[in-house]
Amino acid sequence: MINKEIVRLAAERPDFEAIAAWIPKGASVLDLGCGDGSLLRYLKETRAIRGYGVEISDIDIVSCIANGVNVIQNDLDAGLSDFEDGAFDFVILSQTLQATRHTEALIQEMLRVGREGVVSFPNFGYWKSRLNVLMGNMPVSSELPYQWYDTPNVHLCTLNDFESFCRKYCVSVTARSVMTGGGEVGFLPNLLGSTAVYRFQRGV
Amino acid sequence: MAKLNGFSFGVFLVTSSVGIVQAQRALFDTPLTFRSGAILPRYELMYETYGTLNADNSNAILICHALSGHHHVAGYYADDENNVGWWDNMVGPGKPMDTDKFFIIGLNNLGGCHGSTGPSSINPETGKPYGASFPVITVEDWVESQARLADYLGIKQFAAVIGGSLGGMQALQWSLAYPDRVRHVLAIASAPRLTAQNIAFNDVARNAILTDPDFHGGDYYQHGVVPTRGLRLARMLGHITYLSDDAMADKFGRKLRTEQYNYGYEVEFQIESYLRYQGDKFAAYFDANTYLLMTKALDYFDPAHECGGDLNRAFAKARSDFLVISFTTDWRFSPQRSREIVRPLLHNKRQVSYAEITSNHGHDSFLMEHPHYFDVVRAYLGNVR
Repeated sequence: MINKEIVRLAAERPDFEAIAAWIPKGASVLDLGCGDGSLLRYLKETRAIRGYGVEISDIDIVSCIANGVNVIQNDLDAGLSDFEDGAFDFVILSQTLQATRHTEALIQEMLRVGREGVVSFPNFGYWKSRLNVLMGNMPVSSELPYQWYDTPNVHLCTLNDFESFCRKYCVSVTARSVMTGGGEVGFLPNLLGSTAVYRFQRGV
Repeated sequence: MAKLNGFSFGVFLVTSSVGIVQAQRALFDTPLTFRSGAILPRYELMYETYGTLNADNSNAILICHALSGHHHVAGYYADDENNVGWWDNMVGPGKPMDTDKFFIIGLNNLGGCHGSTGPSSINPETGKPYGASFPVITVEDWVESQARLADYLGIKQFAAVIGGSLGGMQALQWSLAYPDRVRHVLAIASAPRLTAQNIAFNDVARNAILTDPDFHGGDYYQHGVVPTRGLRLARMLGHITYLSDDAMADKFGRKLRTEQYNYGYEVEFQIESYLRYQGDKFAAYFDANTYLLMTKALDYFDPAHECGGDLNRAFAKARSDFLVISFTTDWRFSPQRSREIVRPLLHNKRQVSYAEITSNHGHDSFLMEHPHYFDVVRAYLGNVR
């Protein structure tokens, strides 16, 4: 991939850089709901990772293959039975968590097949979303581009929600990166951050 | 070479054909020892090629055929323009298997009935057709004979070996027998090994042939007859399993040939008429002994046979990259079977992609033009260097 492409991807998807920062060179990675394979391609180029994507959409399967990314067509909600225990260093769920049906089971599956997990999702607690709801409408934004009636997102959550979910299900968060636009948000992240990225592993 | 007919409006339609092709024959006189222990002292293979072999012989693709296939994969013959190759929609200039980029080889497998040495060929030692004496052949034996064809054509390593169904098994076997001679394997609508149900279908088909009074223990050639009834029953049964329930319902439903029930055993429903037509058509050109051999090769194939049934261990040898494709309504080689190919490849950390194509046409889907299926193959081969 040419450098321009990497720069473009990093600009369009600020969570890519945050995720890449946690992935050591040469790691094995499984990317769930990998879309057109951009993240895997980005990680291949910047981190020399090897791995696979899982995707259900036909169009994305073709894009992944064209992108030179390994992709397995499967429904995430059907589980990850094709993958063996501990097969990957990292299992990534990038901007997909909110669209999964059996979210709790999937997080457990991530930690079965991978040593560590990474998720990124749009923060529903972001002030603009809150304002939208306060004004009486479901939020529509670049992070949440869908109308309420055509959205694939069935499990939207806030930073607080995700963190209490992790505590409840014995998932231990080891790092967190919250951003808006491309800038890191340190102050009042649950209010001022539009996108959240978490790194986690099985809790003790 | 594109067919030139002088009409400009025709160019768009015809430029995507490889045009006029010619079958060729390669003679091999080094004895081939089969898995069964039988030895074939000499044999011939019919093949066709499309596109141009590049300077370092690195752009060759081998296409392995399924049960009833042969070497005529694409294009047509000068003296028979209607005889179009069986995968012509897939193979040609600008098509998913692009002959502008690749040198593509189709062959008729050993034991076949389209010109390669098989049961209906004359055994030079006896002057009579091999018949029942033609050895039972396996997928492994085929790959061995295909490797010799590759040597003959000066190809050390294939860019890809591709096959659907039984052809997919050959492609898989290439990655196991010759891991360094194939860079990519495309296994389409295939399986790592047959299930009991699948073997059972083959057994019924074989029984139809074996119990035909005209079979004469496989030496029917000398009696001037062919076990037509058995062969057509075998094909009718096979055909049912190649179609999906939905496709059959859409095409035939309960439609009758005439308006009413006749309360007899003649052909009444359109599906009956269709199956008989297919059976008759097939029995008119296909050799019953070849049918027996092909189904046995299907049944025997199991790369894990010598690894205690463990496909993970069997595929540890593979070095190629893989594309595995299945079709949602294919129940003869279901998506589940394709996943059984994918899993050991994941276990062995091979490069593999898997696409499950939504199609209504059952097992036959792999031969049909389908935009998404073709896009997947095109995208994959586009990255093959």
